[in-house]
Amino acid sequence: MSSKQKKVLVRIIVAAVLVGALWIIEELTVIPPFLSPALYLIPYLIIGGDILKKAGKGILNRQVFDENFLMAVATVGAMFLREYREGVAVMLFYQIGELFQSYAVGKSRRNISALMDIRPDYANIVRDGKVERADPDEVAVGTVIVVQPGEKVPIDGTVLEGNSTLNTAALTGESVPRDVKAGDEIISGCINLSGVLRIQTTREFGESTVSKILDLVENASSKKSRSENFISRFARYYTPAVCYGALALAVLPPLARLLFMGAPAEWGVWIYRALTFLVISCPCALVISIPLSFFAGIGGASAQGILIKGSNYLEALARTKYVVFDKTGTITQGVFEVIGIHPDFGGSGKASAKEENRLLMYAALAECHSTHPISQSLQRAYMQRMEEKIDLSRVSNVEEISGHGVTAQVDGHMVAAGNVKLMKRVGAQYRECGETGTVVHLAMDGAYAGYILISDVIKTHAREAVEALAGLGVQRTVMLTGDAKPVAERVAAQVGIREVHSELLPADKVAKVEAILAGKKEKEVLAFVGDGINDAPVLTRADVGIAMGALGSDAAIEAADVVLMDDDPIKLAKAIRIAKKCMRIVYENIYFAIGIKLVCLMLGAVGIANMWVAIFADVGVMVLAVLNAVRVLFCRK
Amino acid sequence: MPLKDNGMKKTYKIEVDCANCANKMEEAAKATAGVKDATVNFMTLKMNVEFEEGADHKAVMKDVLKSCKRVEDDCEIYL
Repeated sequence: MSSKQKKVLVRIIVAAVLVGALWIIEELTVIPPFLSPALYLIPYLIIGGDILKKAGKGILNRQVFDENFLMAVATVGAMFLREYREGVAVMLFYQIGELFQSYAVGKSRRNISALMDIRPDYANIVRDGKVERADPDEVAVGTVIVVQPGEKVPIDGTVLEGNSTLNTAALTGESVPRDVKAGDEIISGCINLSGVLRIQTTREFGESTVSKILDLVENASSKKSRSENFISRFARYYTPAVCYGALALAVLPPLARLLFMGAPAEWGVWIYRALTFLVISCPCALVISIPLSFFAGIGGASAQGILIKGSNYLEALARTKYVVFDKTGTITQGVFEVIGIHPDFGGSGKASAKEENRLLMYAALAECHSTHPISQSLQRAYMQRMEEKIDLSRVSNVEEISGHGVTAQVDGHMVAAGNVKLMKRVGAQYRECGETGTVVHLAMDGAYAGYILISDVIKTHAREAVEALAGLGVQRTVMLTGDAKPVAERVAAQVGIREVHSELLPADKVAKVEAILAGKKEKEVLAFVGDGINDAPVLTRADVGIAMGALGSDAAIEAADVVLMDDDPIKLAKAIRIAKKCMRIVYENIYFAIGIKLVCLMLGAVGIANMWVAIFADVGVMVLAVLNAVRVLFCRK
Repeated sequence: MPLKDNGMKKTYKIEVDCANCANKMEEAAKATAGVKDATVNFMTLKMNVEFEEGADHKAVMKDVLKSCKRVEDDCEIYL
């Protein structure tokens, strides 16, 4: 508790004790009527002095109608009606409610910052052979830093020395550790688990992943959602409206009784009802619980590696009806792997493993100088299968033929590896293959030698994620890709997406998304999920742009509205689930608070609800709404 | 010192007790001369201010603080 809160607590206790004592004395003996108001005035001023002052200031500043004014009028009125206990009690409970609210908000602020506690306090730098601690902010790019087991990696860099595993849970919410070795890129915010690492920094602290993420999370709730704007607008009109309502309730019925019914006016009764009305109508429950729910939702999501850039996006996520996926890097890993080797050296019958190895060897050697993902998949497959490194000395005269493939001299043979066009060019009698994927044909000395099938690998949870989306109210899932039609359709069928648009250029993807946007209803939300590479325009165009696997990709973090820190598509379903839970709680609070207040207002107007019911309708509802809002933080994993 | 400084957009740390008071501060800041737009985030206790072109942000922020104090004397902006 802050010192301010402690002071309020002391005032509450003192005032409560005084009122309690007065009450007991009154029950036991009779206090002279002239003394009683003076005695109750003491706890009243102790507990409500600041509220009265604020209300007075508000009137001077011509900002009359706020909750201070409501409380001041209601309690001063009660005192004049000789309802001293009620007057003090309203102030007392109002202050208890305010204290509770301020405590709860402070607590969730701390909880959420603890969840995202990835800020490193220091960096170990090597100076004159000795390791020293330095402020991460002051470490220049290119400095060598040392990270001990158990420490956070403070700044992005490249590993110079050491092997270790990293815990990325704070960044991604993913508990499986990641291995790193010398030469690997390393991002700040991970926790080093096993070995000592020497890292050369490649960025300043302010530009490092950890700073970017913190910045994003801390500024997230600045973009207000429609519900939040609704509540602040609501409060602006609502408070004056109930004040005039109360005034009418105090004046009109007595006048009507006097003038038309010939009955006594009963001013006291109606003024008391009007004051009850004022207490009930205090809008605090809404004003605090709605932003608190969003804050908790964004905080809870970031703890699981889902960064949402504003309450408005959280709100939109909950209404997602269309999900458009990019294929490469989103549904598939964007990593090519050899999935089939089909040698055709002219022999009959089934190809032997030896022939397969031979085909793969020539292909890998011919492609050994290329960094193209396809070539690299061949090299990787060769090294895995043969458990040996590629001997570059066996290869000479490498020639890349753009749009065709490569030719090279390998062990004295003239090897051509590439597509059908290349086979035609070297005059090899190639065989058509019916399988989908990327096919690398091989010819040796002009004779066809077979082909290797390479394909992108579908992510483990892709199918599960698509199924989960359907359960979360997503009506249509679409996949967009620049890839060839057969490949695209095979992937879509495997993960359960029915609508596929293939062979698209980046600009075509924007056009496709725009076409779907034009066809949907206004309240339905279209989310686009991509890996942030080459799809920034689409991310911006969609209602909600979601970038996935954004760890270390600045472009994606900037362009997207929601960032999934790791590349598991199941996180998308989780993000929508958190958003839905948050919105459900927001609406629960809106309906619950307004509902109870309306009921109590009506009961108050007809005289059934007294001041004590009014206190519940104000403070009780607020406490319940705040407790409900905090529930957003606890979303099942 | 602003927490974040992007030319004409700056972020300041603030101190305020209730959500409604934060809304009042936001409106007071928006109404101050030299301020193009302002948002107050009660949850993170931050005020983002976008200044008018050519405004002296230090002088403007003094006025912002003054008008905020007028509507809510229990608030603070760390300039």
